[in-house]
Amino acid sequence: MKKILFIEDESALQKTFDDILRQENYEITPALDGEIGLSLAKSAKPDLILLDLILPKLNGFEVLKRLKEDKETKEIPVIVLTNLEEMADIERALELGATTYLVKANYSLKEVIEKIKKTVGE
Amino acid sequence: MSRDFFSKANIFDSVKRYGLPIWQSPQFLFLIMGVVTITTTIITYTIGSRYIDDPSTVTLVVFSLTIILFVFSFIITKSFEKLVDAARMKTEFISVVSHQLRSPLTNLKWIIEVFASGGLGQIDEKQTKYLTILKENSDRMTDLINDLITVSRIETKTFLPQKTEFSFPGLIKMVISEFKSFYESRNIEIKFQTQENLQKISVSHDLLKMVIVNLLDNAIRYTRGRGIIEIGLEKRRKKFYFEIKDSGVGIPREDQKYIFQKFFRSSNILRYQTRGIGLGLYIVKSIIEKLGGTIWFKSQEGVGSTFWFTLPIK
Repeated sequence: MKKILFIEDESALQKTFDDILRQENYEITPALDGEIGLSLAKSAKPDLILLDLILPKLNGFEVLKRLKEDKETKEIPVIVLTNLEEMADIERALELGATTYLVKANYSLKEVIEKIKKTVGE
Repeated sequence: MSRDFFSKANIFDSVKRYGLPIWQSPQFLFLIMGVVTITTTIITYTIGSRYIDDPSTVTLVVFSLTIILFVFSFIITKSFEKLVDAARMKTEFISVVSHQLRSPLTNLKWIIEVFASGGLGQIDEKQTKYLTILKENSDRMTDLINDLITVSRIETKTFLPQKTEFSFPGLIKMVISEFKSFYESRNIEIKFQTQENLQKISVSHDLLKMVIVNLLDNAIRYTRGRGIIEIGLEKRRKKFYFEIKDSGVGIPREDQKYIFQKFFRSSNILRYQTRGIGLGLYIVKSIIEKLGGTIWFKSQEGVGSTFWFTLPIK
Protein backbone atom coordinates (compact mmCIF):
# COMPACT_ATOMS: atom_id res chain seq x y z
CA MET A 1 0.00 0.00 0.00
CA LYS A 2 1.41 3.38 -1.07
CA LYS A 3 1.93 5.98 1.64
CA ILE A 4 0.91 9.61 1.25
CA LEU A 5 1.88 12.43 3.59
CA PHE A 6 -0.68 15.24 3.55
CA ILE A 7 0.66 18.55 4.91
CA GLU A 8 -2.42 20.76 5.26
CA ASP A 9 -3.66 22.85 8.19
CA GLU A 10 -7.38 22.59 7.32
CA SER A 11 -8.69 19.71 9.36
CA ALA A 12 -11.89 19.49 7.27
CA LEU A 13 -9.77 18.80 4.22
CA GLN A 14 -7.60 16.33 6.12
CA LYS A 15 -10.72 14.40 7.06
CA THR A 16 -12.08 14.39 3.49
CA PHE A 17 -8.78 13.21 1.97
CA ASP A 18 -8.35 10.62 4.69
CA ASP A 19 -11.72 9.03 3.81
CA ILE A 20 -11.30 9.24 0.06
CA LEU A 21 -7.69 8.10 -0.18
CA ARG A 22 -8.30 5.17 2.15
CA GLN A 23 -11.09 4.04 -0.16
CA GLU A 24 -8.58 4.19 -3.00
CA ASN A 25 -6.22 1.99 -0.97
CA TYR A 26 -3.66 4.54 0.06
CA GLU A 27 -2.26 4.95 3.54
CA ILE A 28 -2.46 8.59 4.54
CA THR A 29 -0.47 10.40 7.22
CA PRO A 30 -1.77 13.83 8.19
CA ALA A 31 0.42 16.77 9.23
CA LEU A 32 -1.25 19.99 10.36
CA ASP A 33 1.77 22.30 10.13
CA GLY A 34 5.04 22.68 8.24
CA GLU A 35 7.35 21.52 11.03
CA ILE A 36 5.45 18.31 11.73
CA GLY A 37 5.21 17.73 7.98
CA LEU A 38 8.94 18.00 7.52
CA SER A 39 9.77 15.65 10.36
CA LEU A 40 7.16 13.12 9.22
CA ALA A 41 8.58 13.24 5.71
CA LYS A 42 11.87 11.97 7.16
CA SER A 43 10.45 9.40 9.57
CA ALA A 44 7.45 8.01 7.67
CA LYS A 45 9.18 7.81 4.27
CA PRO A 46 6.04 8.47 2.19
CA ASP A 47 5.76 7.68 -1.52
CA LEU A 48 4.15 11.06 -2.17
CA ILE A 49 3.75 14.37 -0.37
CA LEU A 50 0.69 16.59 -0.81
CA LEU A 51 1.69 20.05 0.32
CA ASP A 52 -0.30 23.20 1.02
CA LEU A 53 1.65 26.46 0.87
CA ILE A 54 0.02 28.58 3.55
CA LEU A 55 0.92 26.66 6.69
CA PRO A 56 1.56 27.52 10.33
CA LYS A 57 5.10 27.38 11.79
CA LEU A 58 6.90 26.69 8.51
CA ASN A 59 5.35 27.77 5.22
CA GLY A 60 5.03 25.40 2.28
CA PHE A 61 7.83 26.99 0.23
CA GLU A 62 10.27 26.51 3.11
CA VAL A 63 9.09 22.92 3.63
CA LEU A 64 9.58 22.23 -0.07
CA LYS A 65 13.03 23.80 -0.08
CA ARG A 66 14.19 21.74 2.90
CA LEU A 67 12.67 18.54 1.49
CA LYS A 68 14.63 19.01 -1.72
CA GLU A 69 17.86 19.88 0.13
CA ASP A 70 17.75 16.72 2.22
CA LYS A 71 19.24 13.60 0.64
CA GLU A 72 16.69 11.40 2.40
CA THR A 73 13.63 13.22 1.09
CA LYS A 74 14.62 14.86 -2.15
CA GLU A 75 13.41 12.01 -4.37
CA ILE A 76 9.87 12.01 -2.93
CA PRO A 77 7.45 13.58 -5.45
CA VAL A 78 5.61 16.62 -4.09
CA ILE A 79 2.21 17.78 -5.34
CA VAL A 80 1.51 21.34 -4.26
CA LEU A 81 -2.18 21.74 -3.46
CA THR A 82 -3.02 25.33 -2.68
CA ASN A 83 -5.24 28.28 -3.41
CA LEU A 84 -2.36 30.59 -4.27
CA GLU A 85 -2.51 31.10 -8.00
CA GLU A 86 -0.13 33.96 -8.72
CA MET A 87 2.31 33.18 -11.51
CA ALA A 88 5.22 34.05 -9.20
CA ASP A 89 4.11 31.46 -6.61
CA ILE A 90 3.66 28.75 -9.23
CA GLU A 91 7.09 29.41 -10.75
CA ARG A 92 8.75 29.52 -7.35
CA ALA A 93 7.27 26.18 -6.26
CA LEU A 94 8.21 24.48 -9.53
CA GLU A 95 11.74 25.89 -9.35
CA LEU A 96 12.05 24.53 -5.81
CA GLY A 97 11.27 21.07 -7.19
CA ALA A 98 7.51 20.51 -6.91
CA THR A 99 6.35 17.78 -9.31
CA THR A 100 2.90 19.27 -9.91
CA TYR A 101 1.16 22.45 -8.86
CA LEU A 102 -2.63 22.36 -8.42
CA VAL A 103 -4.82 25.36 -7.61
CA LYS A 104 -7.53 23.86 -5.43
CA ALA A 105 -10.37 26.07 -6.65
CA ASN A 106 -9.78 24.98 -10.25
CA TYR A 107 -9.96 21.23 -9.66
CA SER A 108 -12.63 18.80 -8.61
CA LEU A 109 -11.69 16.26 -5.97
CA LYS A 110 -11.89 13.52 -8.58
CA GLU A 111 -9.33 15.30 -10.74
CA VAL A 112 -6.99 15.72 -7.77
CA ILE A 113 -7.24 12.01 -6.99
CA GLU A 114 -6.46 11.24 -10.66
CA LYS A 115 -3.33 13.41 -10.45
CA ILE A 116 -2.26 11.60 -7.29
CA LYS A 117 -2.75 8.20 -8.94
CA LYS A 118 -0.80 9.32 -11.97
CA THR A 119 2.11 10.58 -9.89
CA VAL A 120 2.44 7.74 -7.40
CA GLY A 121 0.74 4.80 -9.11
CA GLU A 122 -2.18 2.84 -7.67
CA MET B 1 -25.74 68.15 -18.28
CA SER B 2 -25.81 71.23 -16.03
CA ARG B 3 -27.63 69.28 -13.35
CA ASP B 4 -24.89 66.66 -13.55
CA PHE B 5 -22.24 69.35 -13.15
CA PHE B 6 -23.93 70.85 -10.09
CA SER B 7 -24.44 67.46 -8.47
CA LYS B 8 -20.72 66.76 -8.95
CA ALA B 9 -19.84 70.15 -7.46
CA ASN B 10 -22.01 69.54 -4.41
CA ILE B 11 -19.57 69.67 -1.49
CA PHE B 12 -21.82 67.98 1.04
CA ASP B 13 -22.49 65.12 -1.36
CA SER B 14 -18.78 64.52 -1.89
CA VAL B 15 -18.11 64.68 1.87
CA LYS B 16 -20.72 61.97 2.35
CA ARG B 17 -19.47 59.90 -0.58
CA TYR B 18 -15.78 59.88 0.32
CA GLY B 19 -16.29 59.83 4.10
CA LEU B 20 -13.86 62.73 4.55
CA PRO B 21 -14.06 65.80 6.80
CA ILE B 22 -15.18 68.90 4.89
CA TRP B 23 -11.71 70.56 4.91
CA GLN B 24 -10.35 67.52 3.09
CA SER B 25 -13.08 67.32 0.47
CA PRO B 26 -11.55 68.05 -2.96
CA GLN B 27 -14.59 70.11 -4.03
CA PHE B 28 -14.37 72.30 -0.91
CA LEU B 29 -10.64 72.77 -1.29
CA PHE B 30 -11.02 73.73 -4.96
CA LEU B 31 -13.63 76.28 -4.00
CA ILE B 32 -11.32 77.76 -1.35
CA MET B 33 -8.42 77.60 -3.78
CA GLY B 34 -10.46 79.55 -6.35
CA VAL B 35 -11.47 82.19 -3.80
CA VAL B 36 -7.87 82.50 -2.58
CA THR B 37 -6.48 82.77 -6.13
CA ILE B 38 -8.96 85.49 -7.11
CA THR B 39 -8.44 87.41 -3.83
CA THR B 40 -4.66 87.21 -4.03
CA THR B 41 -4.72 88.38 -7.64
CA ILE B 42 -6.85 91.40 -6.66
CA ILE B 43 -4.68 92.14 -3.60
CA THR B 44 -1.50 91.82 -5.67
CA TYR B 45 -2.91 94.14 -8.29
CA THR B 46 -4.10 96.72 -5.69
CA ILE B 47 -0.86 96.66 -3.72
CA GLY B 48 1.22 96.52 -6.90
CA SER B 49 -0.47 99.62 -8.34
CA ARG B 50 -0.32 101.53 -5.05
CA TYR B 51 3.29 100.68 -4.18
CA ILE B 52 4.63 100.66 -7.71
CA ASP B 53 7.53 102.84 -6.57
CA ASP B 54 8.51 100.47 -3.78
CA PRO B 55 9.54 97.18 -5.46
CA SER B 56 10.72 95.54 -2.20
CA THR B 57 7.22 95.83 -0.62
CA VAL B 58 5.59 94.46 -3.79
CA THR B 59 8.07 91.56 -3.89
CA LEU B 60 7.39 90.76 -0.23
CA VAL B 61 3.62 90.77 -0.75
CA VAL B 62 3.81 88.60 -3.89
CA PHE B 63 6.18 86.23 -2.09
CA SER B 64 3.82 85.90 0.93
CA LEU B 65 0.81 85.28 -1.34
CA THR B 66 2.75 82.66 -3.29
CA ILE B 67 3.48 80.86 -0.02
CA ILE B 68 -0.22 80.88 0.86
CA LEU B 69 -1.07 79.42 -2.57
CA PHE B 70 1.65 76.83 -2.19
CA VAL B 71 0.27 75.72 1.21
CA PHE B 72 -3.21 75.33 -0.26
CA SER B 73 -1.96 73.30 -3.22
CA PHE B 74 -0.12 71.08 -0.79
CA ILE B 75 -3.27 70.45 1.27
CA ILE B 76 -5.24 69.65 -1.89
CA THR B 77 -2.61 67.20 -3.11
CA LYS B 78 -2.61 65.53 0.31
CA SER B 79 -6.38 65.16 0.27
CA PHE B 80 -6.17 63.46 -3.15
CA GLU B 81 -3.48 61.13 -1.88
CA LYS B 82 -5.87 60.14 0.90
CA LEU B 83 -8.58 59.33 -1.63
CA VAL B 84 -6.19 57.26 -3.73
CA ASP B 85 -4.99 55.45 -0.61
CA ALA B 86 -8.54 54.66 0.40
CA ALA B 87 -9.25 53.20 -3.05
CA ARG B 88 -6.07 51.12 -2.93
CA MET B 89 -6.89 49.80 0.54
CA LYS B 90 -10.37 48.86 -0.61
CA THR B 91 -8.92 46.87 -3.53
CA GLU B 92 -6.39 45.14 -1.28
CA PHE B 93 -9.14 44.33 1.19
CA ILE B 94 -11.24 42.73 -1.56
CA SER B 95 -8.24 40.69 -2.68
CA VAL B 96 -7.39 39.41 0.82
CA VAL B 97 -11.00 38.59 1.67
CA SER B 98 -11.55 36.81 -1.65
CA HIS B 99 -8.47 34.66 -1.20
CA GLN B 100 -9.45 33.83 2.36
CA LEU B 101 -12.96 32.87 1.27
CA ARG B 102 -11.63 30.50 -1.34
CA SER B 103 -10.22 27.90 1.06
CA PRO B 104 -13.39 27.12 3.02
CA LEU B 105 -15.32 27.23 -0.23
CA THR B 106 -13.03 24.63 -1.81
CA ASN B 107 -13.51 22.40 1.23
CA LEU B 108 -17.24 22.78 0.86
CA LYS B 109 -17.11 22.02 -2.86
CA TRP B 110 -15.03 18.89 -2.38
CA ILE B 111 -17.11 17.58 0.51
CA ILE B 112 -20.30 18.03 -1.53
CA GLU B 113 -18.57 16.11 -4.32
CA VAL B 114 -17.78 13.24 -1.94
CA PHE B 115 -21.41 13.08 -0.82
CA ALA B 116 -22.82 13.32 -4.33
CA SER B 117 -20.54 10.60 -5.68
CA GLY B 118 -21.93 8.20 -3.11
CA GLY B 119 -18.52 7.93 -1.50
CA LEU B 120 -20.08 8.09 1.97
CA GLY B 121 -22.95 5.69 1.32
CA GLN B 122 -25.84 5.53 -1.09
CA ILE B 123 -27.94 8.66 -1.51
CA ASP B 124 -31.52 8.77 -2.68
CA GLU B 125 -33.16 11.00 -5.28
CA LYS B 126 -34.29 13.68 -2.84
CA GLN B 127 -30.85 13.91 -1.29
CA THR B 128 -29.32 14.17 -4.76
CA LYS B 129 -31.64 17.09 -5.50
CA TYR B 130 -30.54 18.96 -2.39
CA LEU B 131 -26.89 18.20 -3.02
CA THR B 132 -27.27 19.60 -6.53
CA ILE B 133 -28.67 22.82 -5.07
CA LEU B 134 -25.74 22.97 -2.64
CA LYS B 135 -23.30 22.40 -5.47
CA GLU B 136 -24.88 25.07 -7.67
CA ASN B 137 -24.71 27.57 -4.84
CA SER B 138 -21.11 26.82 -4.02
CA ASP B 139 -20.25 27.13 -7.75
CA ARG B 140 -22.03 30.47 -7.84
CA MET B 141 -20.08 31.69 -4.85
CA THR B 142 -16.84 30.50 -6.47
CA ASP B 143 -17.72 32.47 -9.62
CA LEU B 144 -18.41 35.61 -7.61
CA ILE B 145 -15.15 35.31 -5.73
CA ASN B 146 -13.23 34.68 -8.95
CA ASP B 147 -14.78 37.84 -10.41
CA LEU B 148 -13.78 39.84 -7.34
CA ILE B 149 -10.22 38.52 -7.58
CA THR B 150 -10.11 39.43 -11.29
CA VAL B 151 -11.31 42.95 -10.51
CA SER B 152 -8.78 43.42 -7.74
CA ARG B 153 -6.05 42.25 -10.13
CA ILE B 154 -7.19 44.67 -12.80
CA GLU B 155 -7.18 47.51 -10.30
CA THR B 156 -3.87 46.70 -8.67
CA LYS B 157 -2.45 46.05 -12.16
CA THR B 158 -1.13 42.69 -11.02
CA PHE B 159 -2.49 40.91 -14.06
CA LEU B 160 0.48 39.23 -15.72
CA PRO B 161 -1.16 37.39 -18.55
CA GLN B 162 1.02 35.20 -20.74
CA LYS B 163 0.73 35.78 -24.46
CA THR B 164 0.19 32.77 -26.67
CA GLU B 165 -0.65 32.38 -30.33
CA PHE B 166 -3.93 30.63 -31.04
CA SER B 167 -6.93 30.53 -33.35
CA PHE B 168 -9.55 33.12 -32.36
CA PRO B 169 -12.45 31.28 -34.10
CA GLY B 170 -11.25 28.10 -32.36
CA LEU B 171 -11.57 29.80 -28.97
CA ILE B 172 -15.08 31.03 -29.78
CA LYS B 173 -16.15 27.54 -30.88
CA MET B 174 -14.72 26.08 -27.68
CA VAL B 175 -16.62 28.54 -25.48
CA ILE B 176 -19.86 27.90 -27.41
CA SER B 177 -19.47 24.16 -26.90
CA GLU B 178 -18.85 24.66 -23.19
CA PHE B 179 -22.15 26.56 -22.98
CA LYS B 180 -24.09 23.96 -25.01
CA SER B 181 -26.22 22.51 -22.23
CA PHE B 182 -26.91 26.00 -20.88
CA TYR B 183 -28.27 27.49 -24.12
CA GLU B 184 -29.99 24.34 -25.33
CA SER B 185 -31.87 24.02 -22.06
CA ARG B 186 -33.24 27.52 -22.71
CA ASN B 187 -34.18 26.79 -26.31
CA ILE B 188 -31.66 29.27 -27.65
CA GLU B 189 -29.90 28.85 -30.96
CA ILE B 190 -26.37 30.10 -31.52
CA LYS B 191 -25.07 30.99 -34.98
CA PHE B 192 -21.38 31.64 -35.46
CA GLN B 193 -19.97 33.07 -38.65
CA THR B 194 -16.30 33.62 -39.19
CA GLN B 195 -14.21 34.89 -42.07
CA GLU B 196 -12.10 32.17 -43.70
CA ASN B 197 -8.34 31.99 -43.16
CA LEU B 198 -8.04 34.47 -40.33
CA GLN B 199 -4.53 34.71 -38.98
CA LYS B 200 -3.81 33.61 -35.42
CA ILE B 201 -4.19 36.03 -32.56
CA SER B 202 -1.39 36.65 -30.09
CA VAL B 203 -2.80 37.66 -26.70
CA SER B 204 -3.46 35.95 -23.37
CA HIS B 205 -5.75 33.00 -24.06
CA ASP B 206 -7.22 33.12 -20.54
CA LEU B 207 -8.08 36.81 -20.72
CA LEU B 208 -9.72 36.61 -24.15
CA LYS B 209 -11.64 33.53 -23.05
CA MET B 210 -12.92 35.48 -20.02
CA VAL B 211 -14.24 38.16 -22.40
CA ILE B 212 -16.07 35.70 -24.67
CA VAL B 213 -17.44 33.74 -21.71
CA ASN B 214 -18.84 36.88 -20.09
CA LEU B 215 -20.42 38.23 -23.28
CA LEU B 216 -21.95 34.89 -24.24
CA ASP B 217 -23.15 34.24 -20.68
CA ASN B 218 -24.93 37.62 -20.66
CA ALA B 219 -26.45 37.03 -24.10
CA ILE B 220 -27.87 33.65 -23.03
CA ARG B 221 -28.89 34.71 -19.55
CA TYR B 222 -30.82 37.78 -20.66
CA THR B 223 -32.72 36.11 -23.49
CA ARG B 224 -36.21 35.31 -22.30
CA GLY B 225 -37.75 32.28 -23.95
CA ARG B 226 -36.75 31.19 -27.44
CA GLY B 227 -34.06 33.23 -29.09
CA ILE B 228 -31.15 33.45 -31.47
CA ILE B 229 -27.65 34.64 -30.66
CA GLU B 230 -25.48 35.58 -33.61
CA ILE B 231 -21.73 35.77 -33.26
CA GLY B 232 -19.48 37.09 -35.99
CA LEU B 233 -15.73 37.43 -36.42
CA GLU B 234 -13.86 39.05 -39.25
CA LYS B 235 -10.83 41.10 -40.13
CA ARG B 236 -11.34 44.77 -40.86
CA ARG B 237 -8.35 46.91 -41.69
CA LYS B 238 -5.70 45.77 -39.21
CA LYS B 239 -8.09 44.58 -36.57
CA PHE B 240 -10.13 41.59 -35.47
CA TYR B 241 -13.74 42.62 -35.39
CA PHE B 242 -16.01 40.66 -33.06
CA GLU B 243 -19.77 40.94 -32.82
CA ILE B 244 -22.36 39.27 -30.60
CA LYS B 245 -26.03 39.99 -31.17
CA ASP B 246 -28.86 38.73 -28.99
CA SER B 247 -32.64 38.98 -29.03
CA GLY B 248 -32.79 39.45 -25.29
CA VAL B 249 -34.33 41.91 -22.85
CA GLY B 250 -32.06 44.78 -23.91
CA ILE B 251 -30.73 47.59 -21.77
CA PRO B 252 -33.02 50.49 -20.83
CA ARG B 253 -31.88 53.77 -22.37
CA GLU B 254 -31.32 55.50 -19.03
CA ASP B 255 -29.05 52.66 -17.84
CA GLN B 256 -26.88 52.46 -20.95
CA LYS B 257 -24.21 54.91 -19.83
CA TYR B 258 -23.58 52.94 -16.64
CA ILE B 259 -23.31 49.39 -17.93
CA PHE B 260 -19.52 49.19 -17.94
CA GLN B 261 -19.36 50.43 -14.36
CA LYS B 262 -18.41 48.16 -11.53
CA PHE B 263 -21.34 46.66 -9.57
CA PHE B 264 -23.91 48.24 -11.87
CA ARG B 265 -26.95 46.12 -12.68
CA SER B 266 -29.58 47.41 -15.00
CA SER B 267 -33.10 47.94 -13.63
CA ASN B 268 -34.87 45.48 -15.97
CA ILE B 269 -32.32 42.76 -15.23
CA LEU B 270 -32.89 43.13 -11.50
CA ARG B 271 -36.54 42.31 -12.16
CA TYR B 272 -35.73 38.99 -13.86
CA GLN B 273 -32.46 37.91 -12.33
CA THR B 274 -30.97 38.01 -8.89
CA ARG B 275 -27.80 36.28 -9.93
CA GLY B 276 -24.60 38.23 -10.57
CA ILE B 277 -23.11 41.27 -8.93
CA GLY B 278 -22.50 43.46 -11.93
CA LEU B 279 -18.84 42.80 -12.59
CA GLY B 280 -18.94 40.98 -15.93
CA LEU B 281 -18.99 43.93 -18.33
CA TYR B 282 -16.55 45.91 -16.20
CA ILE B 283 -14.12 42.97 -16.46
CA VAL B 284 -14.77 42.64 -20.21
CA LYS B 285 -14.08 46.32 -20.89
CA SER B 286 -10.96 46.41 -18.70
CA ILE B 287 -9.55 43.35 -20.48
CA ILE B 288 -10.34 44.60 -24.00
CA GLU B 289 -8.68 47.92 -23.24
CA LYS B 290 -5.70 46.17 -21.71
CA LEU B 291 -5.33 44.13 -24.90
CA GLY B 292 -5.34 47.32 -26.95
CA GLY B 293 -8.91 47.10 -28.27
CA THR B 294 -12.17 49.02 -28.07
CA ILE B 295 -15.64 47.87 -27.03
CA TRP B 296 -19.05 49.40 -27.72
CA PHE B 297 -22.68 48.34 -27.94
CA LYS B 298 -26.14 49.15 -29.16
CA SER B 299 -29.25 48.10 -27.31
CA GLN B 300 -32.97 48.55 -27.24
CA GLU B 301 -35.15 47.41 -24.39
CA GLY B 302 -37.34 44.48 -25.39
CA VAL B 303 -35.53 44.00 -28.72
CA GLY B 304 -31.99 42.97 -27.85
CA SER B 305 -28.37 44.06 -27.58
CA THR B 306 -25.34 43.89 -29.82
CA PHE B 307 -21.82 44.17 -28.47
CA TRP B 308 -18.79 44.76 -30.65
CA PHE B 309 -15.12 44.80 -29.87
CA THR B 310 -11.94 45.14 -31.86
CA LEU B 311 -8.50 43.77 -31.12
CA PRO B 312 -5.34 44.67 -32.98
CA ILE B 313 -3.73 42.10 -35.29
CA LYS B 314 -0.04 42.11 -34.46
